[in-house]
Amino acid sequence: MSSHHESSGAPAPTPRAHLTTDDVAKVARLALLELSDDELVTFTGQLDAVLDLADQLNEFDIGDVPPTAHPFGLVNVFRDDVAAVGHDAEVLREEALAAGPEIEAHQFKVPPALGEAP
Amino acid sequence: MSTSRSHDAGSVLEIAAAVRAGERSAVDVLDQHLARIAERDEDIHAFNTVTDTAAREQAAAVDAAVAAGETVGPLAGVPIALKDNLCTRGVTTTCSSRILEHWVPPYDATVVERLAAAGAVVVGKTNLDEFAMGSSTENSAFGPTRNPLDTGRVPGGSSGGSAAAVAAGFAAASLGSDTGGSIRQPAALCGLVGMKPTYGAVSRYGLVAFASSLDQIGPFTRTVAESAAVYDVIAGHDPRDSTSIPREHVPVSGVLDDGIDGLRVGVITELSGRGNDAFEPGVIEAALSAADALSAAGAKVEDVSIPTAVAGLSAYYMIAPAEASSNLARYDGVRYGLRKPGPNTASMMAASRTAGFGDEVKRRIMLGTYALSAGYYDAFYGKAQRIRTLMIQEFDRIYENFDVLLSPTSPCVAFEFGAKADPVTMYYNDVCTIPSNLTGQPAMSVPFGTGAHGLPVGVQVLAPMLGEPTMYRVAAALEGVAP
Repeated sequence: MSSHHESSGAPAPTPRAHLTTDDVAKVARLALLELSDDELVTFTGQLDAVLDLADQLNEFDIGDVPPTAHPFGLVNVFRDDVAAVGHDAEVLREEALAAGPEIEAHQFKVPPALGEAP
Repeated sequence: MSTSRSHDAGSVLEIAAAVRAGERSAVDVLDQHLARIAERDEDIHAFNTVTDTAAREQAAAVDAAVAAGETVGPLAGVPIALKDNLCTRGVTTTCSSRILEHWVPPYDATVVERLAAAGAVVVGKTNLDEFAMGSSTENSAFGPTRNPLDTGRVPGGSSGGSAAAVAAGFAAASLGSDTGGSIRQPAALCGLVGMKPTYGAVSRYGLVAFASSLDQIGPFTRTVAESAAVYDVIAGHDPRDSTSIPREHVPVSGVLDDGIDGLRVGVITELSGRGNDAFEPGVIEAALSAADALSAAGAKVEDVSIPTAVAGLSAYYMIAPAEASSNLARYDGVRYGLRKPGPNTASMMAASRTAGFGDEVKRRIMLGTYALSAGYYDAFYGKAQRIRTLMIQEFDRIYENFDVLLSPTSPCVAFEFGAKADPVTMYYNDVCTIPSNLTGQPAMSVPFGTGAHGLPVGVQVLAPMLGEPTMYRVAAALEGVAP
């Protein structure tokens, strides 16, 4: 594996700072998840252990290799701009709406986006 | 022998032949399987939902078509179970998550349509690790599935319910999804054949997304020939999945007896388990004797080093959570799924997600959110994507000199409940299976003897892009010489 280590000229990667509960609290907020204090501590330790695993990626010299987002390197796939609905569109709309937790006038209803419900 | 079984409802091929010939009725075949479910699924918990009423209608329609002399498909009357992350019109599709517990999709996945067109009968929806995140099915919000071979142990995962359903004789075959090994590993732990196709060979339309650049649907069966029969039905281009490969499917069922004389087989040094304490000796032994057996059968077998293979696990646990964090952002209590009240939209969404997702899903969402966030993107996600490129280049180079590669499927046989409670320990189960998801290449697990506690071991056959025909030939040869 020696040939895959950082080439000799590159500086050794600086050790990663461990995750803190503040880091995880921020990530949870971004992901719209609420964590109890106990959960915050547990998740912080567990997520930090996974990032340790990710540190192994530093053992490989990636040089100027491009990133891969998709095994076939697809960029865009187009089709003709025509409606192609397998079922009756009206029925489909009603079925899709039926899955909504709260529906009003054929629309999904949510509490206020700004401020709070009265 | 891999073709033997403790229940005698018949193989996929036997059932289809008998039903097509009018010798057995699809309804009788179904009833045999439903009887086994009634007898044992309370203990096994392979199913989230048994669709017995709809299945009887499907089976009766097949029988009516046969009686009327109409053409019926290649899977006529074959009872099949579906992982509960495959959309079924009118039938709940839960992903074994509280957040989708009551969700009823308005459409069928393409694979479900193709199975129905082939005459298959859907017996139910199987349990999984929540949103397919796990390797034991212990992460299901509805309780774990038990391994039918030893109910004190896990069936593997995430498609543990689909594996258990076939192993217990509840269905002749099943479908699972494989993002990092979720078909191959449970197949190995339940003594079955499990196949992950080339990325894009099978349509993902109607598969609830986990990590879109890695997910593929594939079959669980008892034998290689049955696997080929199911794969030939579900494969092929689908305009509704933009990542589906636009080419005609080349059937694999016809090549199984072609033999392996002169085929070049590489045993992947880094995944062989040799010198690695995380691998059980029985597993290492089985893979080595599989290689010897292929050599004796006429293949040219050599060891081959693939250094990036060991980086697969690290790269995967950045890429898959990153994609998952994005895909699972859609569960917000607005258009479907669980809603918990809140005074405004954001708090309603957070309350719904917090109540709806289990711990493993939350871990992966947070990990992915972190890996994608400003300041960390290049160090984690970007680097993992570049390692992915290195892996693809390396495997492509190796396949210039080899037709297929070989490794164990899982480092261990079926383990006891709670044995791998630490997340990173659990993730290590996927070390041999993950590379094929990152490269997009096909791979399948074939039962090959037993390891610790007399439990089955799976050997993995890996092949280059669209190399399924050769992969199936080798799998058939392995099955033929398996102890």
